[in-house]
Amino acid sequence: MIAFIIQRLLQGAGVVLAMSVIVFVGVFAIGDPVELLINPDADQLTRDAVAHSLGLDQPLWRQYLIFLWSAVHGQLGTSFVFNIPAIELILQRLPATLELALGATLLAITIGIPLGLIAGLFDNSWFSRVIMAGSIFGFSLPTFWVGLILILTFGVWLGWLPVFGRGETVAVFGIEWSFLTLDGLAHLALPVLNLALFKVALFIRLTRASVREIVPQDFVRFARAMGIHPSRVLTRHILKNIMIPIVTVIGIEFGSVVAFAVVTESIFNWPGMGKLIIESINQLDRPVIVAYLMVIVVMFVFINLVVDLLYAVLDPRVRLGSTSR
Amino acid sequence: MKTKKIGLAIGAILLATGLNHGMAQAEDAKVGVRSESASMDPHFSYVATNKAAVTNIFDTLIMRDEDLQLKPALATSWKHIGDGVWEIKLREGVRWHDGQPFTAQDVIFTFERAPNVPNSPAPFGQFLSQIAEAKAIDDHTLHITTRNPSPQILFDLAEVPIISKHAGEGAATADYNNGKATIGTGPFKFVSWSPGGSLKLARNDDYWAGPSDFEHVEVIAMPNDATRVAALLSGDVDLINAVPPESFQLLKNNDAINIAMTQDVYTAYLHIDTDREVTPNITAKDGSEIGNPLLDVRVREALSLAINRDAIIERLLQGLAMPAGQLAGPTMVGYNPDILPTPYDPERAKALLAEAGFPDGFKLTIHGPNNRYVADGQIVQAIAQMFERVGITTVVETMPANVFFPAASARDFSIFFLGWGSAQGTAWHGLRGVLMTYDKEQGYGSSNRGRYHNAEVDELTIASMSTFDVDEAASLSAQAAAVAFADFAILPMHYQMNVWATQKGFAFVPRQDQMTLVYGLSRK
Repeated sequence: MIAFIIQRLLQGAGVVLAMSVIVFVGVFAIGDPVELLINPDADQLTRDAVAHSLGLDQPLWRQYLIFLWSAVHGQLGTSFVFNIPAIELILQRLPATLELALGATLLAITIGIPLGLIAGLFDNSWFSRVIMAGSIFGFSLPTFWVGLILILTFGVWLGWLPVFGRGETVAVFGIEWSFLTLDGLAHLALPVLNLALFKVALFIRLTRASVREIVPQDFVRFARAMGIHPSRVLTRHILKNIMIPIVTVIGIEFGSVVAFAVVTESIFNWPGMGKLIIESINQLDRPVIVAYLMVIVVMFVFINLVVDLLYAVLDPRVRLGSTSR
Repeated sequence: MKTKKIGLAIGAILLATGLNHGMAQAEDAKVGVRSESASMDPHFSYVATNKAAVTNIFDTLIMRDEDLQLKPALATSWKHIGDGVWEIKLREGVRWHDGQPFTAQDVIFTFERAPNVPNSPAPFGQFLSQIAEAKAIDDHTLHITTRNPSPQILFDLAEVPIISKHAGEGAATADYNNGKATIGTGPFKFVSWSPGGSLKLARNDDYWAGPSDFEHVEVIAMPNDATRVAALLSGDVDLINAVPPESFQLLKNNDAINIAMTQDVYTAYLHIDTDREVTPNITAKDGSEIGNPLLDVRVREALSLAINRDAIIERLLQGLAMPAGQLAGPTMVGYNPDILPTPYDPERAKALLAEAGFPDGFKLTIHGPNNRYVADGQIVQAIAQMFERVGITTVVETMPANVFFPAASARDFSIFFLGWGSAQGTAWHGLRGVLMTYDKEQGYGSSNRGRYHNAEVDELTIASMSTFDVDEAASLSAQAAAVAFADFAILPMHYQMNVWATQKGFAFVPRQDQMTLVYGLSRK
C-alpha cells in the first residue's frame, strides 16, 4: 500500500518535470515576453535592461536551470506581470475555483445519478426517453453559449441573479469563501449551473449504461428471484456495482473542472485560476504558467490516488500494490 | 459581526432579485473595465491600464485633460527661466490622504524612486531621463534642470504619479499592493486591491479639485466583452469602458443607458518593410523571388490608394473611427492639418503599379494580430480583398498578439497591421518611435519595425525635440510628418474611437487617452 503511494508520487514528480520542460520550450518558441510587457515607446536600451532584470537575456537552458535551482529551494518564480510570487497568485485564486468545481460536481452527482438510475431501470417508459433526450442538450450545447443565455435570462431579463463575480465572502481560516453567504450563493448559482450542465448529462448517460449492463446479469436476477426487496437489490447489488466507473469519472471530471473552468470563469468574471491562466498566456507570463500547470499536475496525481484508494474500498477484489498489477 | 454579514447578504439578495435598478446606494458606484491593473505601485509598470488605476489615487504635477491638453494639477504653474531650468510652483494646502502636507520634498523623492523599481517590466526611467537635477527652492517651488533644450519635460511630468516621501521611504511594490504605502493626494483613497480582481476606493473629501460624487467605488476587471455589457444591462455596474462595436447600437438604442465617446490616441496603420532588398513575404505571382517592391514609393502609394478606409470604418467598425493620414490625432501638438487621408482610388493604384513595373501585381502575405485592436482580424481580411482588387494576390495570416508582436519586432513580416498610441499627445512621440531611423544607441525608431529611414525626417524630428518653444516644436514636427507621409513611409488607416457607457443618471467625461478615471464619473 505504502509502496503503491510512493510509486504514484514518484510518477507525479516525473510528470511535473517533463511538463516544466515543455512549458519552457513552448513559451520560448512563442516569443519574447518583453515585447508585450514594455511600453511601446520605450527605447532599445530600456528593453535590454528589462530583459536582463527578468533574466530573459540568458540562454534557455540556463533560464531553465535557474528555475530548477529555485524550485528546489521552494521558489517557483515571480510573475513578470504582477511582481508577486506566482504560487501566491495561484493559491489566492484556488478557493474561488474550488468552490465552483465542488458546487458543479455536487450538483451533477445529485441530479445526474438519480436520473440515470431511473432511465436505466425503466428503459422503455416515456419519462426515461425525456431524460435521455434532455441529456443530449447538456452534451451538445456549447458552454459559453449556455453561459450567455443564462446571463441574459436570469440577469438581464428577469434580474433575479447577479451575473458576475463572487459577491460577499466570509473568511474561514484566512481564506475567503462565497458559499457561506446568501449573496455569495446567489453569485454561485449561475456559474455552477453552467459548469454542471455538461456533467449532469455525462452522469446520466454513464449511470444508465452501467445499470443496463448490470441489471440483466445473473446475480441480480437471482437476487430478485430470491424475493429480496427491490430497494435492497438496488442499493446492495446494482448501485455498488456501478459505482466503480462512476467514481473514476467523478474524479477525472472534478480535476478537469478545476483545471479548465476557463470558459465559465471568463463569462461570469469569476476571479478563479482559469481567468488567471488565460491572462498569463496572453502576456507570456511564464512563471505563472509553469506554476499553474505544476499545481494542476499535482492535483491530478492526488485525485487519481484517491480514486485508486476508493476502488479498494468499493471492490474488495482490488488489492493495491500487489505484484499482479 | 456575523449577523451584520448575513444582514448584508439578505440585502444583497433583495437587490439581486429584481429591485436592483436604481436601488443601489446613491453614493456608491461600480465600474467594469476591460483590462486589469497589474500593480498598485504607481511606478511599477508604465502601461496605460496601470496608470488609469493608480491615477484614481495619485496625482501628477501636470495632468492631461480629456483632450490631451496639459493642465495644472499638483503644479500650478511652470515656466522656463533660462539655461534649461524650469521653475515649477506647487499647489499649496494640499494634504496627503493621511493628513500630512504635500511639499517639494515629496516630488524630489518621487523622481529618485520612480526609475528604480526592481523587476519593473516597463520602467519609468524614460520619463525622468530629461532631468539633470531637481532642486527644492522652498516647500512649494521646484527648479528642474533638463538635459536637452526641449519642452518634453512638461509632457513627461504628466506621466509620473507623485508619491509621498513619508509613506514611500523604503516601501517596495508589495507595500503599495497591500495599501501600507498607497497614500496619495488624488480624488480617492485606497481601500483594497486584489490582483486581476477588483480595486476598492473611498472618496477623499479634501480633494483639491473638489470631492467626487461617490463615497465608495469599486473598479472591477471584466476582460470578457459580453460579460461587461451584460453587467451594465443588468444594472450590476454603473459604468463600463471599451464598449465593443457589435454592442454599440444595442446600448445606444437603450433608454436606460448613456453613451460617452471620443477619439482615441491610437492610430491604426500598416507598417511596411521599406528597407530590405528582398523581403520575406513578397514574391512574384508564380512564387519566384523578386526584389522588394515596397522600396518603390509608387508601389507604397498604390497600396494606400487601394484601401477603402471609409468602407472599413462603416462596415467593420460600425462608424466608430475616423480615417487617418498621419499618426498624430487632430488635437495633438504638431498635428498637420494639410496631410489628408489617402482617398480610395483603385484605378490610380493599378496605374501606379504598372508604372512601377508591376502591371500584373505580385504576391504578398499580410500579417496582423487578432485580439489586440478593435476588429483587427476582420480589418486585415478586408485589406487583403482590397489588395486583390488591384491585382495583388494576398494571403492573410492573423495571430494572437503574444505571437504577433515578438515576430513583428524580429522583422518576420513585410506588411502588417498594428496601432500606435501617442499617449502624450505630441506628434514627435510617433515620429521618434515609428518613423525615425532605427538607432539603438540614441533610442530612436524603437518601434520602427519596417526600418524606414529618411535623413530629412530624422533632422526635422530631432530639431522639434530640441527647442523650448512648444509652438516651434509643433511646426517642426508637422514638417517632418509632411515629408514622411508624402513618402508613404507607413500607411495610416484610422483613428479608433473610445466608447464608454453608463446607466441613466450618470455622466462620464470620455478621455482620448483611454483612461477610465472614476473622478470623471458623476451624478446627473
